[in-house]
This record gives sequence, structure tokens and C-alpha cells, in this order.
Amino acid sequence: MLAVINVLGSMLMLFSVTYLLPVVTSAVYRDGLLADFLLAALGCLVAGAVLAASTRRHRRELRSRDGFLLVTLGWILMSAIATVPLLLALPGLSFTDAFFETMSGLSTTGATVLTGLDHLPPSLNLWRAALVWYGGMGIIVLVVAILPLLGVGGMQLYKAETPGPMKNTKLTPRITQTAKGLWFVYFLITVVCLVSLRLAGMGWFDAVCHAFAVMGLGAFSTHDASIGHFNSPAIEFVLIVFMLIAAMNFGRHFIAWQQKSLRTYATDMEAKAMLWLIGLSTFGIAFYIWVRGVYPSYWTALRHVAFNLVSIATSCGLVSQDYAVWPMFAPLWMLMLSCTCANTGSTGGGIKMFRSLVLLRQAARELMLLVHPRGVTPVKIGNQVVQNQIVFAVLAFVVLYFGAVVVLTFTLLASGLDFLSSFSAIIACINNSGPGLGSVGPASNYGGLTDFQTWVCSLAMLLGRLEIFSILVIFTPAFWRK
Amino acid sequence: MKIIILGAGQVGRTAAYHLAREESNDVTVVDTDERLLRDLQDRIDIRTVQGNAASPQTLEMAGARDADMIVALTNSDEVNIVACQVAWTLYGTKTKIARIRSRDYTVRPDLFVSTESAVPEKLAGFAVDMYLSPEESVTAYIERLIRYPGALQVLDFADGRVRLVGMRALKGGLLVGRPLRELRQHIPKSDARVAAIYRKGESIEPEGDTLIEDGDEVFFVAATHDIRSVMTEMRKLEDPVKRVVIAGGGNIGFRLAQRLEEQNQVKVIERDAKRARHVSERLRNTIVLSGDAADEELLVEENIDSADVFCALTNSEEANILSAMLAKQLGAHRVMALISRPAYAELMQSGPIDVGISPQSVTIGSLLAYVRRGDVVQVHSLRGGAAEAMETVAHGARGGKVVGRPIEDIRLPEAAKLVAVVRGDQVIMAHHNTVIENGDHVILFLADKRHVERVERLFQA
Repeated sequence: MLAVINVLGSMLMLFSVTYLLPVVTSAVYRDGLLADFLLAALGCLVAGAVLAASTRRHRRELRSRDGFLLVTLGWILMSAIATVPLLLALPGLSFTDAFFETMSGLSTTGATVLTGLDHLPPSLNLWRAALVWYGGMGIIVLVVAILPLLGVGGMQLYKAETPGPMKNTKLTPRITQTAKGLWFVYFLITVVCLVSLRLAGMGWFDAVCHAFAVMGLGAFSTHDASIGHFNSPAIEFVLIVFMLIAAMNFGRHFIAWQQKSLRTYATDMEAKAMLWLIGLSTFGIAFYIWVRGVYPSYWTALRHVAFNLVSIATSCGLVSQDYAVWPMFAPLWMLMLSCTCANTGSTGGGIKMFRSLVLLRQAARELMLLVHPRGVTPVKIGNQVVQNQIVFAVLAFVVLYFGAVVVLTFTLLASGLDFLSSFSAIIACINNSGPGLGSVGPASNYGGLTDFQTWVCSLAMLLGRLEIFSILVIFTPAFWRK
Repeated sequence: MKIIILGAGQVGRTAAYHLAREESNDVTVVDTDERLLRDLQDRIDIRTVQGNAASPQTLEMAGARDADMIVALTNSDEVNIVACQVAWTLYGTKTKIARIRSRDYTVRPDLFVSTESAVPEKLAGFAVDMYLSPEESVTAYIERLIRYPGALQVLDFADGRVRLVGMRALKGGLLVGRPLRELRQHIPKSDARVAAIYRKGESIEPEGDTLIEDGDEVFFVAATHDIRSVMTEMRKLEDPVKRVVIAGGGNIGFRLAQRLEEQNQVKVIERDAKRARHVSERLRNTIVLSGDAADEELLVEENIDSADVFCALTNSEEANILSAMLAKQLGAHRVMALISRPAYAELMQSGPIDVGISPQSVTIGSLLAYVRRGDVVQVHSLRGGAAEAMETVAHGARGGKVVGRPIEDIRLPEAAKLVAVVRGDQVIMAHHNTVIENGDHVILFLADKRHVERVERLFQA
């Protein structure tokens, strides 16, 4: 426990460096928050130093159990610390709402409680977008990349934070190199995204904020109307492309970069399945709402469906239209897609396409065994054989996932929220996708929730981002037994 | 250095562990057993790849394209040779090390061609730069232990000119209870340096006025012909070994019997009747018994109480420990056991078993020497890997960090000690005013392995 706090301390000290970004922004735009951000950074640094120094004696190599505790505590602590600039800059904001906002950022959900985004100081908007970006690839992975002291413990942390069922495949022999490689590719694609957005017609500042948000697949925009504000097909197209890239496995991007060839994508069954599912859904729903007369032409319908559907399905959550007014089938289908579309090792949330494929193949195997009782049929995704152990782990995950959805939805219902809002809020939070339906729909936000409901949603976001197991294991008695 | 290790067996695992512990190495381990790999990856920071070690596809996945070194340690000589050849032919891997167990191959060294020196077009032979034979090294190691009764460890440096001996000091040794500086007066003709003393597991800095106590574990370095006289300082010299009983007629037991049978009375106990027959057909002077080494009656019947040395060398370490303990109790004078797990070895050596032999730490040294920077000739891992003795060549012009300086002026890390210098055929024990020259082989003792890199850099020139 104390050894974990020691590492947490160094993590906080490292985190204080990330305040540099808003500090510079504030200095450039002279929005009056320079002192606030410097104070917050100093606070973070001092808090980290105190934690690290007071537990110095307990420093040791981390064991696999420590990893879970460290990741969970790390995420909660970072979210809490990151609220400081928001609290200083917006005096009316409660800690509950500020924590929801930062947790929403770091978990790449992108659900907001703030209104009047267009009038927020630029440095604050950038801070929100930057949180999404850090959270996307994972702050812990970043720490692993930078702090060499973690040694083997680094692998445990990486496993506890990275989404997906197959966590043993390292891209490089050393875990720090893997972490560095992932962050490097992430950074590179973000830069490309930023430039593309600028070329598509965004201002530099908006381009930076939106590049951060879209690469982390979190929906923090600088405008209340989100992408609808720009009303530009070019920007929407660029965003669609980068949302899809961010929803793919960054390990693949890394390999492609290493080999300087796109060959590796050809074997990526997960991305293929995602693209097919999203493609078919887009054309189908566009046709459906055109027939139902929501938009006058098929092409307008296609444009709006394409953007909003990709955005929700990849769990990004930027919106250009109030899709809640579309026939109910469409938004619910989009919400359903957000549960499963994002790939393992991407910055998106949900069950992940790989797990869905494994379950489908497992179901197919059972069917096959009914016909050929003595058949030998390993579960395969592409050429990759999935061991039974992983199939079981996937099953357990899905059970916990839906269990969490049911329990949390009922919690919100009990607190007085209507069914559609409760259900969609929990789905949107646990998938880290952002806007829900009803009172938390794309045209409104989470500001109307009570304090209790806001905390429930914060919890859902954390559960979704760390994929439940990492958090739940801490609450098992066996974890604490010596 | 990017290193690929083929085979995650005992030797492969130890190699991975030792190599990955050094910050600058990137290690990938290949094996066919996925469970072994998963277990290994959870413990150490390496990458693992599952597949056939000799297959180009697997090697490619393991990153053979830009690997600097490939270490083939699977249990099949043929797989190891092919893997090295594939790595060389397809990827031009610079250093290729293979484990070769069978003597059928190793007696024909011209089969193996080092690609470092030869012209690539004229290579005729397997592209293997160095081969390890763990069984052979372990056998040689045990033989040295038997030749020096009383020693816990005997390690060769500079082609056997200098040896590092670890032994327990016992009452009756001439120096026991007296300060170290008297060593020179006791044996004026020969010279030796005490490198380290461990008292109850704790390291003690050996100074001139340090008293040697009964039960201390002492490591000293001396020229090979002086070893015996130094050993009498530490404990009463025992008679040369005559009767040796070996439990287990496997690879190591058989080879040891072969080496010893000319000068000693050797008995080999082998459980498997077929193997016993096979061994007996190939040995000339040895009595081969077919039976269980943990069978009390058999041991008594074969006069275990008059055996000078009992060596338990079967494949099972638990069986080795038990049969060695039994033999000791039945009166064998000195018992040794092959124990793989370092934890077991330490546990046993302080208890009923006189010498615990860890085959991995015997084998790993020559491998470690290959990955070290600078001109490192030999590395021996000591005390379960915590300490290390190494031989390195000092290079550089006079007035550098090392060459041309007296030893007292060399800025060694605290835990490191320069104990001996070999200049050509001449062995010089280190004194504070000994001046190091270019090309000297220097023997160092590192009580704490973490300083290895600093020492290497010092000698790198």
C-alpha cells in the first residue's frame, strides 16, 4: 500500500508537467487564468512530492497486485487533482461537477456539465481537451514510458490499464519501449489530425482542441453546438476518418509505422468487422430516416448519419445534429453500436469488437458441436487462435459489464430519473461515448443531474475506462489478504 | 543489445533472467510451450514468442531482422544448429551461440565456423560462433571441486592460470582466528588475495587486521599451483579423494565418471536398468550399479561410509537433496548435490549438504561474458547471482582511466575489488601499488552486481 503511494507521488509530480500546455495557452491568449494554472501546477507538484517523500522508505519493486490498486487510485487521484483549475476559474462550480468533468475528460467520455463553452477561457477549454488526450492512450502507460523505476511492475500496470482481452502481446521486448512507441504513434497521428483539421477550415485553437478530443475519442468540444457549430462537410469528413483511426488498435498503427507499410492492417479482423458494421449501419440508417422524412434528400441524411453514427459508435461522442429527434430506432442503434465497435488497444470504450467476435465465434462453435459432436473447433479470429482461457475471461467480462449496466441503471432510476435518461446515461458513460438520450441527450448535457446521479455517472465512466476487472478486484477480500 | 533466446527450459530461463536484468539488453524468448512463456513474461520484462525455434517464420516474429545476438538453448542440438544457421543465412545475425550437448558434435570443432572471422563466401560449416555445453561445464566444475576437497567453489580464470576458490574456514586452519595480514608470513613463497568474506550470510570487508573466524565463507584468488597451500590456511587439509560414489548415470554423471575413473575408485548408481547397461558398456574402470540412490540398503551394502565423496547428479533436484542427505547420514565423508533452484541451494549448503551445485550459474558465465561491453573474457556468477567475479582485458594508452595507473588510483566502485592481474603467463596478485599495463587480464570481484556497468565502462578504454 505504501509502496503504491510512493509511486503515486512520483506520478503526480510528473502530472504537474502537463499543466504546461494550458499555462502557455493562457499566457498567449491573456485570458487571466495564468496565475490559477500556475497555482494548480504547483499544488500538484507539492502534493506529489509530499506523498513521494513521506513514503520513500517503502519503495520497492511493484507486484502484480499493486498494479490494480495503483491504476485505480491513480485515476481517481488525477481526476481529483485536475479539478483544481476548473474550481479556481469557475467559482460557481461544485466539486462534484468538476470531478465529473475531469473524470469525463480522462476517461475519454466527453460528457460535460458545463454550458457556455464558447465563452470559456481558451486555456480552460484546452485543459479539458488535453485531459481527453492524456486519458486516451492512458496516463499510466505514459508514466510507464517515462518512469523507468517500475521495472516488471510496469507490465502489470500496462495490463491493468490497457483495454482488451489479449494483454500479453508486447510490441517490443521492454515494456517502457512499448509504452513509448504507443505514445509516439499516438502523438504523430494527433499532429496529422491537427493539420488536417486546420486545412479543412478550423482555426488553429479549435483544431488543437478537437484533435486532442477526437484522438482520445472523447467529446469535449469548444462549442456548445459541438461540431454543428462549424456546419462544414470537410471538417466532418476529416473527423470521421480520424475517429475511425483512433478506434483501431494502436498496436497495429505502431507496427505499420515500424514496418513502414500498411500490410499489417490486412490481417486486422477486428478493424474489418468494425468498418463493415459501421458502414452497413450508416447506409441503412441514412436510408431509414430519409424514408421517414427527417431530411429532404438522401445525401443530407447520409452526411448527418455518417458523422453522428461514427462518432457515437466509436465512442467519441462529438455531435453535429440533435439526433435525439430522429426516429427512436436510429439513436438506440447508435448507442448499441457504441457498446461493441471500438477495437482493443484503441482509445475507445465499450466491450470492444474483439470480445464480441470471440463470443460470436464461441456461439458458432457450440452450434457446430451440436451437428458434429466430435468436432475439434478452436475459436479463431483471423489466423489467431484464441485460447479457451481467454474465451472464459471474455464471458466473465461481458457478464460483469452488463451486470454493471443493470445495477447502475436501476440506481439512477431509484434516484428519480426517467428510464430513457437513466439507461442511456449509464450506457454512454460506461462506454465512454458521451451524450445519451432524453434529458442527457445531444442537445442538452449532464448539468441537470443531481449530485448523487453525477457521482454514479462518474463511477460508470471509471468502470468503463478501466474495464471493470481492475477496479472490482480491489473490492475482493482475497486482494487484501496477506 | 537485442537478444533472442531460443528455448525456455532451465538454461534458457536463467539466461533470460540474467540478460534482461541488465538495463541495456532487449530480450525476446521463443519456445513452443505457451504456458512456460506466459509465466516467464509475468516475472521478467521480456517479450515472448511462441513457435518452433528453428523456423524462419518464428525467428522473424521474434525480431531476428535486427537482433544482435541469438542464443539457441533448446534441448535439441539439431534445432539449435539449424536456428543459428537460419539466423545467419536469412538475417545475417552477428553473434550466434548454440547449446550443443552431444559430444559427437563437439569433438569436431571444425563443424562450427565463427562468422566473425571467416570470409562469408567461404563458410564451410555451421554458422555457430560459440557453443555452450552445460553438461560439459558442469562436469568440469564438479571435477575441480573433487580435486580440491574442502572447496565450495572453484572457478577458472585466464585459461586456468588463476583460480577463485570459495571455501568455509574451519578450526584447524592455520589462519583461522588470526588476522589476514599474517597470510603472507605463513606462506612466503606463494601469494594470494582474499576477495571476500561472508560471515553468517553478511559480507565483511577483508582488511589486513580482519580476523578469520570458524565458519566464515572465504573467497580467495591465487595462482593455480598455490591453491592447495592457501587452502591449508583455512582448514585442515584433507586427503586427496579416492572413493567417489555418483548417484545418477545421466549425462553429467556419466561424463564425471569418465573423467574420474582413471585416478579414483568410482561407483555409479543408476535407476534405469537400460541406461545402467548403456553406461557400463562405455566405462572401463567404473562399477555401475542398477538401483535407487535413495535406497538405504543399497548404499550400506556398497560401503557408503567409506566413500570420500558422494555426488547426487540425477535430473530431479528433490531426489538429489534427499539422497545426498541420506548418504551423509550413512557416513559419506562429503556430499554434493545438483540443485537448480538457487533458493534450495542456499538452504542446503548451510545445512546437511556440503556443496550445492547450481548448473545454471556454472553455465551462465560464458554467456554473460559475450554480452558485456568492453573486452570481458569470463564472468562467474556467485552467491545466487548477487555477486560476480569477472575477467576483463585492460585496454588503452598510458595515463588513461586504468592503464598505467597503480591500483590504488583506479576509481573502482566501492563494492568492486581488483584481485589479480595476469600478464602473459605471469600471475600477479594485486597490491595497492601494482601498475596495470595495456593488455593485462584483470580479475575483479564484485560484491554487488549492480555496479557491473560502471566497472565495464571503466575498462572499455
